[in-house]
Order: sequence, then C-alpha cells, then structure tokens
Amino acid sequence: MIGPVFGVLFDGFAYGMLLFLLSVGLSVTLGMMNFVNLAHCSFAMLGGYVTVTLIDKLSWPFLATLPAAFLAAALASVVFERVLYRRLYRASELDQCLLTIGLVFVSVAGAAYIYGSEQQPVQLPSYLRGSVTFLGVNFGVYRLFLILTALAITAVLMVALDYTRFGAQVRAAVDNQRMARGLGIDVDGSFAITFALGSGLAGLGGALAIEIIGLDPSFGFAYLVYVLIVVSVGGLGSIAGSFIAATLIGISDVAGKYYVPELGAFLIYLVMVGLLMWRPMGLYGRR
Amino acid sequence: MSTAAAEPLAYLATQARWGKAEIAFWLATLLPFVLFPDYLVLASQIAITALFALSLDLILGYAGIISLGHAAFFGFGAYTAGLAAKWGWGEPLSGLLLAGAAAGLLGYATSVIISRFRHLALIMITLGLGLLLAEAANSARWLTGGADGLQGVRMWRLFGYFRFDLYGYTAYAYSLAVLFLIFLMCRRLTHSPFGLALRGIRENAIRMPAIGAPTRAHIRKVYTLAAVIAGIAGALLAQTTETVSLEVLSFQRSADVLVILILGGAGRLYGGIVGAIVYMVARDQFSGINPQYWYFWIGLLLIAVVMFLPNGILGGLAGIMARRRKATP
Repeated sequence: MIGPVFGVLFDGFAYGMLLFLLSVGLSVTLGMMNFVNLAHCSFAMLGGYVTVTLIDKLSWPFLATLPAAFLAAALASVVFERVLYRRLYRASELDQCLLTIGLVFVSVAGAAYIYGSEQQPVQLPSYLRGSVTFLGVNFGVYRLFLILTALAITAVLMVALDYTRFGAQVRAAVDNQRMARGLGIDVDGSFAITFALGSGLAGLGGALAIEIIGLDPSFGFAYLVYVLIVVSVGGLGSIAGSFIAATLIGISDVAGKYYVPELGAFLIYLVMVGLLMWRPMGLYGRR
Repeated sequence: MSTAAAEPLAYLATQARWGKAEIAFWLATLLPFVLFPDYLVLASQIAITALFALSLDLILGYAGIISLGHAAFFGFGAYTAGLAAKWGWGEPLSGLLLAGAAAGLLGYATSVIISRFRHLALIMITLGLGLLLAEAANSARWLTGGADGLQGVRMWRLFGYFRFDLYGYTAYAYSLAVLFLIFLMCRRLTHSPFGLALRGIRENAIRMPAIGAPTRAHIRKVYTLAAVIAGIAGALLAQTTETVSLEVLSFQRSADVLVILILGGAGRLYGGIVGAIVYMVARDQFSGINPQYWYFWIGLLLIAVVMFLPNGILGGLAGIMARRRKATP
C-alpha cells in the first residue's frame, strides 16, 4: 500500500521541481517590473529545441547540452528585452499581455515550421536511465537527477539572493521599485540580468522537461498555464513561494491524474482558483 | 446649477447621435445578400464573432476588465442551445434566450469573484475559470460528447417558416438581426450615465468609489451583461452550424476574440465588428495554409498593433481624421 503512495509523491515532487525551474524566473521578473511576460515558456521551449538539435545533429552528450540550453534562452531573452519589452514597462497590462501572446504565437508557429509538429525524442545517456529500488519503492534515476539539480539551483538562488550585493539589489527592487531607484540602485540593469537568468533557467527547465513531459511546438502554450499557476499561487517575487507552490501543484497534479484520472486537469485549476480567491496575492505575496 | 448638471447629459446626447458613416455601415452589412451570395455562411460567422467581440468590448473596452477566459460564456451558451435542441426543443429564438439566461447566471456567479480583483490576479482568475469550464466539458463526455463534439442538434424552422439552409441565407439574416438588436442595446447602454461610469472605472478604479460610484456593483452588472451577450453569440453559432465542439470553450477562442477586439480597436463598439470582418475574411482567404502558420502572422500582427497602433484600426483612423481636421480648419 505504501509503495504507490511514495511513488506518486516522488513523481509529483520531481514534476514540481520541473515546474519550479520553469517558473522561478517569471516570478522574480514579475515581482520586479510587474511585466506580464506570457512568452516565458517560449524561452523554455527554445532551450528544449537547442538540446534536441545539439544531440541529434552534433551528437553532443546530454549533460553538455544543458548549459547550452541555458545560454541560448538567456541570450535570446536579452535580445527581446532590449528590443521589445523595455518599451512596454510603463504600458498597461493588456498591452504587455498582447505583445507576449503575439510572441508565443510566433514561437509556436516557428517551432512547428522548423521541427514539425511531432514530439521530439531525446536520447538519454545510459547512466540516467533505469531506476533504483530503495525500501521496495522504485525511483527513476532521471527523476532523482532532476530533483537534485533543482534543489542545487534553489540553494544557489536562495544564497545568492540573501547574501550577495546583487541579491540585495534585486530584493530591494522587488519590495519597492521607486525607493530602490531613489537609493541609486540601477533597477533597469539588475532587471535585465535577472530577466536573462530567469529565462536561462526556463531554458534549462525546457531541456530537462523533454524526458518527463515531452517537447512539441505547443509547449509554449501548454505549460504557460502551469507556470502562471505556480507564479500566481506562490506570490510574485518570492523564490520560496514558487518552490512551495510548484511542489504543491506538481504533487496534486500527479496524484490527481493517478487517483482520479477522469477529472483530468480539472483538479489543478480548481486548486488554483480556490487558492487565489483565498489569497489573491499568492501564498507568499506581500503586496 | 442646472446647466452644470445638464452638461454631461448634453455630452452624452451629442455622442449618441447617429452619424452618416454608421448608417452607411449598417446598410452595407446587407450587401452580402446581393454581392456575395456564396459567402453567406462566412458572413454569418463574422456576425457571430462580431457579437462575441462586442460583448468583450463591454467589459474590456469600457470597464477595463481584462479577461483571458471569455470563451467560457460563449461555450456555455453554445452548449445550452445545442443541448436544448438535442433534447427536443429546437425552437431557435427561445433557445437563444435560454442560452443567454444560462450564460448570464454563470456570469453573475463569477462576477461576484471578478469584481473583487484587478491586475494579474484578475487575468489569472479569468484564465483559470475558462480552463476549468473547458476541462469540465471535456470530462463530462456523457453530456457534451467530449472531443467528438455534440451530435444530433436539430434546429426547427425560424418562426416556423425559414429553414436553416446550406447557403446560409437564414443563418446570416438571423445572426445579423440579433447582432444589430444587441448592438443597439449596447450603444444605448454605453451612451448612458452607466456607460460613463464604466469608463470612469476603466480610467481610475480607485477614484471612482471616492466620488460615490458603486464600482463593484457596476462591474457585476456589466460583466453579467457581457456574459449574456457572449452566451447568445455562442448559441447563434450552435444553432446555425447545428453542432457544438469543445473548441467553443478553448483558450484559443478567448485569445482570438481578444486579438479581434484589439485589432479593431477596443472601447468604441465598432472595433469588435471591424476586427471580426478583417480577421475572419483574412483567415478565409488564407485558409489554404496550415492553421499553425496562420498563427505566426496573427502573432506578428499582434506585436505590430501593440507597438505601432495601440488603439486598433479604428483608433488609427480616428487619429488620422483628427490630424486632418486640425490641418484644414
């Protein structure tokens, strides 16, 4: 009896870590600039396609493609931030939504044009395949790898945010942007760096996601919803909030699909609407 | 004292006067019967989409409520009308009213939630409610037919006389008449003090309660009304095509109607109609290309509209007209 429960918890937690990687960047940038970037998952999709291309065409090892996915998404995001986004920081939320939905449409169509609309397979190295059995429960090696990676990144992010000068500037900008500017902090500059880092993490998440949830051109839309759920439930600008929300959503989604499959994704939307009505600013939101 | 009180009313009265362009526009909507009899099915689809965009305009263009889940009401109306016809009541007009009432009830229930939030939480909640309903319809296979769509919708003749034919004569006349009647109602509404209060909420939602306007009650009213209209638009689609698919509830439809409204110009009633004409005609002309690539152009268009034409086609035209008037006084 215990076995399946642990299995579901483990899979749900791994899935939650994936959601965390995909959404943490959006959470921090939203908290800083209040910029509604619905194209966040398109950067994740870019990371995924970079990994697939590098493995298929240039036969890079899987692990080496992960930094490449991170860099590609980060670089692309810097270009978009400089060219398009920064003109709209003071625009209405509607304009920001529309611009970024436009980008999602373009990226989805572009991916379909280049790669076709089928699922992209990824060849994992042998040491990431298979599973280990511990106390009678099967743990997939890849999921363990995913969880450890995400936990390491979370630790680095938390420490960097709490103990570095740059982290302090970011926290100040999230708490009170105007005051931070008044104190001479270069909010625009730190925002650009944060934006690139966040999109890079999304790209990494997209590359790691291929094995778990697959990769096809609809990725930019399909997972946008989950990412937005995590961000709005966790609260803007909060890494801890995103972490807890991602874990919660990941486990309840996997558990929901395992125990009551006929409900489908219904449960997850219900959890989101309920949580938002209870705490409109999210679990850890302060404003 | 009395002149000060009369001023806003006089302003509303000048706004409400019918212009020549408006009358010409509505006369032109009759042209498809004569000029393009082969395209009446498309014309009826345009009228339905325009009605849906009009309902979004009421909440987005006038009250400033961003909704990413407006298809929920469209789909709810479509399924209500479709199910009524499937279960043996195929009378179109009463089906339309029934669908409007059902969508309105749903709208009123959600408006209680909607009126409490703004900004990102509002976007997320409208999105979440839309997805919730789409997922519910997908799960309730016994009721909606799931991914196969609702089969067996049989409509009776309109007024017991006009059959819904293959060429779309009845469909277009019916849709156009409904669109025109509801347009008249919306026009009256937006030129009333209530409409002015809605614009006040859009411009400054914090200051409105300070001058004594019951903001939340206003939002509840207009949101319910928009839901009724969206439900009627959905019912029109179900009745004229005699089928309902899950697509009526999809996020894609919510996004499409937003694109249409923004393209035409939000907050000016005709924006949704002009947007619907441009969008639907373009999609019909480019129907040969893969729908995925169609969205590539829609995406580019959206970026361009946000960057260069923030008030849509009609807003751009109005800007050009105003500049001309200034140049030649």
